[in-house]
Amino acid sequence: MYVAVKGGEKAIDEAHAFLAEKRRGNPQRDEISVAQLEDQLGLAVDRVMTEGSLYDRELAALALKQAMGDNVEAIFLLRAYRTTLPRFGTSQAIDTNEMRVERRISATYKDVPGGQALGPTFDYTHRLLDFTLLAESGSTSAQADTPRENINASGNSTDHEAYARVSSFLRREGLLKLPKDLAEQEVDITREPLMFPCPRSGRLQSLVRADEGFLVSLAYSTQRGYGRTHPFAGEIRMGYVEVELFIEELGFDISLGEICVTECDMINQFAGNENEAPQFTSGYGISFGFCERKTMAMALVDRSLQATDLGESVDTPAAQEEFVLAHCDNVEASGFVSHLKLPHYVDFQSELALVRKMRGEYFKQHQDKSNLDQGTPSDSEEKHA
Amino acid sequence: MPNQEQYNFAYLDEQSKRTIRRGLLKAVAIPGHQVPFAGREMPMPYGWGTGGVQVTASILGKDDTLKVIDQGSDDTTNAVSIRRFFHKTAGVQTTTDTHEASVIQTRHRIPEAPLNEGQILVFQVPIPEPLRFIEPSETETMKMHALEEYGVMHVKLYEDIAHHGHIATTYAYPVRVNDRYVMDPSPIPKFDNPKLHMSRALMLFGAGREKRLYAIPPYTKVHSLDFEDHPFEIQSWDEACHVCGSATSFLDEVIINNDGDRMFVCSDSHYCQQRSGETQALEQADQA
Repeated sequence: MYVAVKGGEKAIDEAHAFLAEKRRGNPQRDEISVAQLEDQLGLAVDRVMTEGSLYDRELAALALKQAMGDNVEAIFLLRAYRTTLPRFGTSQAIDTNEMRVERRISATYKDVPGGQALGPTFDYTHRLLDFTLLAESGSTSAQADTPRENINASGNSTDHEAYARVSSFLRREGLLKLPKDLAEQEVDITREPLMFPCPRSGRLQSLVRADEGFLVSLAYSTQRGYGRTHPFAGEIRMGYVEVELFIEELGFDISLGEICVTECDMINQFAGNENEAPQFTSGYGISFGFCERKTMAMALVDRSLQATDLGESVDTPAAQEEFVLAHCDNVEASGFVSHLKLPHYVDFQSELALVRKMRGEYFKQHQDKSNLDQGTPSDSEEKHA
Repeated sequence: MPNQEQYNFAYLDEQSKRTIRRGLLKAVAIPGHQVPFAGREMPMPYGWGTGGVQVTASILGKDDTLKVIDQGSDDTTNAVSIRRFFHKTAGVQTTTDTHEASVIQTRHRIPEAPLNEGQILVFQVPIPEPLRFIEPSETETMKMHALEEYGVMHVKLYEDIAHHGHIATTYAYPVRVNDRYVMDPSPIPKFDNPKLHMSRALMLFGAGREKRLYAIPPYTKVHSLDFEDHPFEIQSWDEACHVCGSATSFLDEVIINNDGDRMFVCSDSHYCQQRSGETQALEQADQA
């Protein structure tokens, strides 16, 4: 009998073999390639890169393949890889004003310099299953031979031109408040433990890595009355920006290449006070690749978390820094939830012994009591069993 | 792992290990005090021993002999998994023998046999903050530790007695270390708490997800919180171990059939094996 609780080593090997078999699926069918995932499940790749904190499409696609499409597992794989990479420098801050835009919309202005460009969005698709995709014709008709030109609302091409962010116009007019401690020394949450109260740079880093689902729900809660931040989507843009690194020996920046990012500027209401003229406030969201839902949610939560700085009451979940930041990471959260699968015999045995002891005392007490009441012994154990 | 050569000895890079060792030195210098450290993602999930693994990784040398236990046993799946991890990434000697090991990583137990000087016991810690379930905010609990404001903990224990007639904490039972910090000994049964007191071995605690380190240096006073009229007491069993006959070890309950019949066996597998080996040897000697 005792053998049944042993044999962990063999069980693990068997489980791994079984998993590999499941991952491969039907061996009669073609194995899916990492390159295919990278191209055709691009948004999954983007999410894994963003929450995995590593811009590498190939490795993110590999993680997705290895994780059998489980995003959170893939994010975990990428994080565990990332943490072993040496650091050889810190890049210059990217300049999204210089973005080679593929999508750019503003909900606050009908038109903005550079125009609005829908880009590759699901937004106005009707969510009808497209059965033609079942056919897997192998045709490449959807891909034009020449790169697609981005067409804005006025029918003009928006390609290859940089446009200032919508928020910069409001800032110029003094209408938009700069979030507090924007210029402070940045923290790196992967090299220093997160301490509370957390500077905004640490907050933003946590939010970029935060679980999309968790952020979307929190953001939603602020819209439904658990927080009052009156947001407007000032601007959402997605496109390519250059990453530059300053090389000490050369004395100038060199370009490391381009990355695709999505950025969201939320504009929120804020009434001024005796000492401050009324100004709008803002929340900021950014992601690797095209994670628009995530960046919008992030911007809402970022704004929510500025409650203390803005002298607002901190009485909703989304405004509580410790609650949000300590629970938003899905690698941490899923790890701790899933650890309940590990054996807890010892703790449970301890509880079991105590509960049995307390039950014994309980029944003894009740028996004594009923003996006293009735003057005769009775089987109260029976009654409670 | 086809590309395991890409990883450093014991997985973590030397820089990260140094950071953790610096934190550990501080932890040893201030017994029971939680030291924040920049925890790294490890290739096992948070909550599965990443804190302990990081501590072990940063103190492990090539000559060390490692033992890993979970629930007291060397053969539970996660213990196997962690032992294999270090065997693979550090190539160190592993053992199930409590006395052969120079480093023992553990989850939820302290071995039955007393440890020796020079041995290091590494605990995996899920929630390092003993006050967490009384005060959820980290900002607040840090203040409470700084001001030695532990009244709430005694109130909690008192309320237990008022409601249940007993202190209802059976594992992760809070201790006071070196007359100063109240500390969570990790979810070991309170049965193991007395082993923390004046231990000859160094005890290191790592919480990966919560990014905290703490320590009990050898020969340190560790007092399990209690009241004069409700002194601390440990669990005891009416049964003895079914395998080795021990009446003094921590016993796991095993349900052996559909009728719910039970038997009890030692949770410390090495202790049990050693004792049953001795019993067998004695029996054989008797027969001879």
